[in-house]
Amino acid sequence: MLELYGTQVTSRLLLGTARYPSPATLAEAARRSGTEIVTVSLRRETAGGRTGGAFFELIRDLGVRVLPNTAGCHSVSEAVLTAKMARDLFGTNWIKLELIGHHDTLQPDLFQLVEAARILSADGFEIFPYTTDDLVAGERLLAAGCKVLMPWCAPIGTVAGPQNVSGLRAMRAEFPDIPLIVDAGIGRPSHAAAVMELGFDAVLLNTAVAGAGDPPTMAEAFAEAIIAGRKAHRAGLLPPRDMAVPSTPVIGKGVFA
Amino acid sequence: MTYIVNGETIESAAATLADLLTVLEYEGEWLATAVNGELVHREDRPACPLSDGDRIEVLSPMQGG
Repeated sequence: MLELYGTQVTSRLLLGTARYPSPATLAEAARRSGTEIVTVSLRRETAGGRTGGAFFELIRDLGVRVLPNTAGCHSVSEAVLTAKMARDLFGTNWIKLELIGHHDTLQPDLFQLVEAARILSADGFEIFPYTTDDLVAGERLLAAGCKVLMPWCAPIGTVAGPQNVSGLRAMRAEFPDIPLIVDAGIGRPSHAAAVMELGFDAVLLNTAVAGAGDPPTMAEAFAEAIIAGRKAHRAGLLPPRDMAVPSTPVIGKGVFA
Repeated sequence: MTYIVNGETIESAAATLADLLTVLEYEGEWLATAVNGELVHREDRPACPLSDGDRIEVLSPMQGG
């Protein structure tokens, strides 16, 4: 079981809800993934409440926990207000805190992220900060009240997979008791397995499932990879070596010369 | 009065946020509202007076990652 702000979940896959070919496909992918947490956003309602209402009902029918995000926010005030509106709407203190700092990479603005986390934490929010693999930023976020960290492994939507494995490994070593969820950049089940093998606690992804040819089956593949990666980590992986080691015993070998 | 609702200029005689939402046919339990950058809770909308030029945001759940 994974504990996040006092809530225990079995599935270590958190799923985004954007960019699916249809609502039905999203629902089927979420069900087959076994996810217990999905991310949603808040956007301007343009159809008198009907668009948001239909989506709201779809998510509610999934029976999963909602993790609202502040996607697209570029300032502390914008992110804080969005978080408050999300809490009012969804009735949860959980917030996936995103503060975008760079236009092309969507890299988080760590300075504003820490400040927003401090404000929201003091207001009772339970924050899931989208951050980089920066150890100092991680420390500051924890000091600001975060009890979970969500480092990227590659820029959002790139499906490029882990770009800095040693950075992720260092993060795991630096924060052994903090739930670490890789958020953004995962593209393949093997990427998810790889970060779980490093000892990460969970994976949050969206594009790799939503954009797949068969999203529900891909969701299932990710769920299985995450279980495999977690199991391998717990079983004890061997460190790589430079030189060969015979796996077959030499003693008792036949002598033919 | 003139209000800016989700970035659009709107003329309305509505005097409270709740009235304005009714006039604009925003209905349902899934709307979050803010006036001039401050959250207005659902239960506070009927008692939230509006002034000329107020900026109103009406948000609802959407797909996100």
